[in-house]
Amino acid sequence: MEIFSRYAYWVVVLVMMIGFYIVIDRGNLVKKLIGLNIFQTAVFLLYISAGKIFGGTAPIIDDDAELYSNPLPHVLILTAIVVGVATLALGLALVVRIKEAYGTVEEDEIQAIENREENSA
Amino acid sequence: MIAANLAALQVAVPLIGAPLCTLVGRGARAWALSLIITWAAFAMAIGLMVQVASDGSISYMMGDWPAPWGIEYRVDIFNAFVLLLVTGVASAVMPFAYHSVKAEISADKHRLFYTAYLLTFAGLLGMTITGDAFNAFVFMEISSLSSYVLISLGRDRRALFASYQYLVLGTIGATFFVIAIGLLYIATGTLNMADLAERLPALSSNTVVIAAYAFLIVGLSLKLALFPLHLWLPNAYTFAPSVVSALLAGTATKVGVYLLLRFMFGVFGVDFSIGEHPVAGLLMPLAMVAAVSCSLVAITQVNVKRLLAYSSLAQIGYIVLGISLANETGLTGAVVHLFNHALMKGAMFIALGCIMLRVGGTDFEHIKGLGKRMPLTMVAFVLAGLSLIGIPGTVGFVSKWYLVLAALERDLWPIAVIIMITSLMAAVYIWRVLEAAYFGEPDTSIEIKEAPWPMVSAAWVLAAACVLFGLATDLTVGTANEAARMMLGAGS
Repeated sequence: MEIFSRYAYWVVVLVMMIGFYIVIDRGNLVKKLIGLNIFQTAVFLLYISAGKIFGGTAPIIDDDAELYSNPLPHVLILTAIVVGVATLALGLALVVRIKEAYGTVEEDEIQAIENREENSA
Repeated sequence: MIAANLAALQVAVPLIGAPLCTLVGRGARAWALSLIITWAAFAMAIGLMVQVASDGSISYMMGDWPAPWGIEYRVDIFNAFVLLLVTGVASAVMPFAYHSVKAEISADKHRLFYTAYLLTFAGLLGMTITGDAFNAFVFMEISSLSSYVLISLGRDRRALFASYQYLVLGTIGATFFVIAIGLLYIATGTLNMADLAERLPALSSNTVVIAAYAFLIVGLSLKLALFPLHLWLPNAYTFAPSVVSALLAGTATKVGVYLLLRFMFGVFGVDFSIGEHPVAGLLMPLAMVAAVSCSLVAITQVNVKRLLAYSSLAQIGYIVLGISLANETGLTGAVVHLFNHALMKGAMFIALGCIMLRVGGTDFEHIKGLGKRMPLTMVAFVLAGLSLIGIPGTVGFVSKWYLVLAALERDLWPIAVIIMITSLMAAVYIWRVLEAAYFGEPDTSIEIKEAPWPMVSAAWVLAAACVLFGLATDLTVGTANEAARMMLGAGS
């Protein structure tokens, strides 16, 4: 079917929504970060699928090849992967500090502690 | 030699300075190095502004790779103005930072603090100066990641959670932005903004381009904290160290607004972004709700820092309102308010930092009777506060004047009325602070002195600028007007 001819993009949308849903729905701070990472990974797939050219070969100069895949999105995504790793590392570091400060990594429990503090203050 | 490479040095110097900060050793040396670098960056921004004003736009090819392939840095009158603003606020914050950081952050973290400060600064400058869409994303993440670190350094443990929430929402915003850029690349095959602007008009009915535009608006609205995507901002500003609140309030959301303007008018063009899609109809009500609801919430706060954070959200509402009016006066008002709001909020957050240092808190309880005990700090706060209300003779009046004019030009008088009403609300919340400071009973059991002079003078420089640019409006309004004409001209 025509609508499935570029199925890679359907995978992208599916993975993206799974990640996004986890970020919104989960109250555990670590799971939220996992969701965020899945969400970002979907974007990597989006770029990389865009680099594929039908009938194109790997972008290495070769006398036999006439059509090459586009290498630029891969390079861009290398940068984005680094950004994603840095975000995850920083996020996890923050979660460790939050665990030390509050004794929990559940969003609702942290919010309950904060509310209690604000009411008593 | 230096003059020809100013555009690159503007970003490269703070970026190289950041790791050097960790290497120079003790906190005082790291502070001195960051001071030199921020002031040097300010000087470079002035140099760029002068070059642009005399010779027109500058296009700088990184590593001599020509434009569509290499990364281009493009400086025109608009981003030269924003560069001036960002470096100016950062330079005013630096003298204030020394004592404030010493008091609020443990000594072993000082050099790391200044490293993160310079990284945030470099990221913001990069976002402003670059002419390449993907490069803008990279710099956005550089500035965001380092500002999450800066916020988490706040003394209160709630700073950690505020930083975490900002990290999650900020990353979603940035990811939406990068999806938009990816879709634009798929549709046009280029990442250079000038190139994009050339190729997009032919694709204006392409669904990929329209989807990219939608992702872009949502992603950037998250970054600039437009209602209802503003939930990360109040806690982040309230619990961050004073220096960080002053820097971020003056610069981070402003650069977000700049990118929104650059993409809406510089890349997509006004015909596409306003003419063909109902974005103005979406932004305008949101901006009005932001201005009204956040002003109301500001009135009810017990913490002055949080009050200012909500006030910032209302001011962002004004700026977006100016954008959504999309006529020359409206855009002029938006750009002028961008500049003016950075000055006032910078001054007010610095004044609060002085209070934090001497009194140890920023609740209404703490500021009671400070009008007599810290007179210089409070007068600086009052001056900036008057400007926030929009008293004639201050910058706040100038920008609100243009916004009201723009609304009347479009025959949208309810908007003008809303601007008036929210100004009255600003008068109420600023008055609450003044009442506490000048008529409240001071707690006489503790001795409170004026803050050290570098801190007070930092507040005064920005507060004085509020009055100065309120009286001599040629520089700001003239530049903003030229920027507005350029934006509207670019699309047609």
